[in-house]
Amino acid sequence: MSQKDTLGQELSRRGISRRALLKFAAAAATSLALPPSFAPAIAEELSKARRQSLIWLSFQDCTGCLEALTRSEAPGIERLIFDFVSLDYQETLMAAAGTAAEDVLKAVAQENRGNYLLAVDGSVPVADNGVYSMIGGRSPMAILSELAEGAAAVLAIGTCAAYGGIPKAAPNPTGAAGIGALVGGKPVVNIPGCPPIPEVLTGVLVNFLTFGKLPDLDAQGRPLAYFGTTIHDQCYRRPYYDQGKFAKSFDDAGARQGWCLFELGCKGPTTHNACASLKWNGGTSFPIQSGHGCLGCSEPDFWDKGSFYTSLSGGEGPPWGAVAGAAAGGVAIGGAAAFAARRARASVERQLAQEWKAQEDEA
Amino acid sequence: MTLLDFARGPALYAATLIMVCGLVWRLTGVALLPFRRDLAASGPNAKGRVSGALWQVVSRSFPRRSFLGRTMVTVTIGYAMHIGLAVILLGGAPHILLVTQATGLDWPALPKGIVAIASGVTLVSLLLVILRRLTHPVLRLLSNVDDYLSILLTLIPVLTGILLAEETLLPYETLLTWHILSVEALMIWLPFGKLAHVVFVFAGRAALGARQARKGALQ
Repeated sequence: MSQKDTLGQELSRRGISRRALLKFAAAAATSLALPPSFAPAIAEELSKARRQSLIWLSFQDCTGCLEALTRSEAPGIERLIFDFVSLDYQETLMAAAGTAAEDVLKAVAQENRGNYLLAVDGSVPVADNGVYSMIGGRSPMAILSELAEGAAAVLAIGTCAAYGGIPKAAPNPTGAAGIGALVGGKPVVNIPGCPPIPEVLTGVLVNFLTFGKLPDLDAQGRPLAYFGTTIHDQCYRRPYYDQGKFAKSFDDAGARQGWCLFELGCKGPTTHNACASLKWNGGTSFPIQSGHGCLGCSEPDFWDKGSFYTSLSGGEGPPWGAVAGAAAGGVAIGGAAAFAARRARASVERQLAQEWKAQEDEA
Repeated sequence: MTLLDFARGPALYAATLIMVCGLVWRLTGVALLPFRRDLAASGPNAKGRVSGALWQVVSRSFPRRSFLGRTMVTVTIGYAMHIGLAVILLGGAPHILLVTQATGLDWPALPKGIVAIASGVTLVSLLLVILRRLTHPVLRLLSNVDDYLSILLTLIPVLTGILLAEETLLPYETLLTWHILSVEALMIWLPFGKLAHVVFVFAGRAALGARQARKGALQ
């Protein structure tokens, strides 16, 4: 497929009908929270869209995001959207390596300057001049700054790229930071998750290819259409929460009956993502459906929010030693106050005794 | 760190320690105060100090019949509010869970509907308490900042708790944050204002009952 081909031509070549494209456009419109009447317009724009250049950088990552996205089981047009994007640089997937790969990156960035999308997975180490993740002798920050400057927009893929993720967990030895905190002057969209949902990236790409801009974002820089509600609000176990039916352990009768996992530490009520509606592996399942509470992986600093198994109504209170120390402090302060009161009283009594004695002596 | 993380972490940590330290401080300070030695002989109707203390703790929980006509409203509102609070605190599943996670103690929760009714009754009672304090000519003169602050710091957690349980008006996360923060404000104020009656009410009755029993003045 050449850079000048349109998506419509590519779909025709692969035997995908316009009807199928319209169905996908309708689904995309729904997932982007647009009215169904937008579907023909999306299909029209998509079929006219030209191949979008995408440069993908990986910094402090585990490659889980890329694994999730490339191993997506979605067999339809969703997959073709990924194929349609010209993935010009991705260190894990590309055949070239070393200087040859770096030359490709320079050439692509130069050729598509101002038009390419820059996708990043993994956080950026900023401590000690980024020495913890040097690539071709350059720090991630230097590479990011240079490429973000020429990008049309930046996609921070996965929680590490969006907010720093696990590398940023305390004590954060590498000074890991998310892309949004480091890139200025360019539109940045966060697609968090550990890993993110492939369909969310598809939706963002469809939005960009159709409307030429990124979708509306929430306060955390995430597409509102996918992160506008909590997992709790869409969870199929929600009726059990409302009825007060909670699993008390992972193997009790409640757990086997699919009751709510709130008491086992589920972070669904405070986690914004589309896991409960889009699910994974072609809509097969998601963590809560598999019997484990949500970890809140699409929220900033999820790794440092205490135990995954402490319920939201609980918290990280002080240990018993500290409570005992506070009680001992209370005894000391109370004792000192009482001692001061006793001394004051004794002083008054001494004074009264002296006055009485003086009166008796006079009498 | 989000506000919720702060509420569930450092704020909970600090509020717990301040409350424990403050309550022990107040109790110790009062317990060690210099008492005058009772040099008088026991009265003719003298009773045991322990039984007198226990009797006073129980008997003072019921209104005096002779004043019932005048105090009926206050007593009714007071009972409704305190019983409601007890049902919420001891019967609400999330509150039991908090205790369980901190101490390992566990007991069955009340149905959500019963806790909801108790919450509504408590909220209305607290509003009536404020209204009465603002409109009653004598009570208004006797009231100070401590009174209003103590009532407000009790009312806000009940209100945010109801909204949280019903998940209405604001997002769950926002309601949870403000509910926890408002409870922590209550915990911090508890030892130092009139809310300290949580521990002093029974200690005070017991001390008075023991003294009156020895004098034979227990009624």
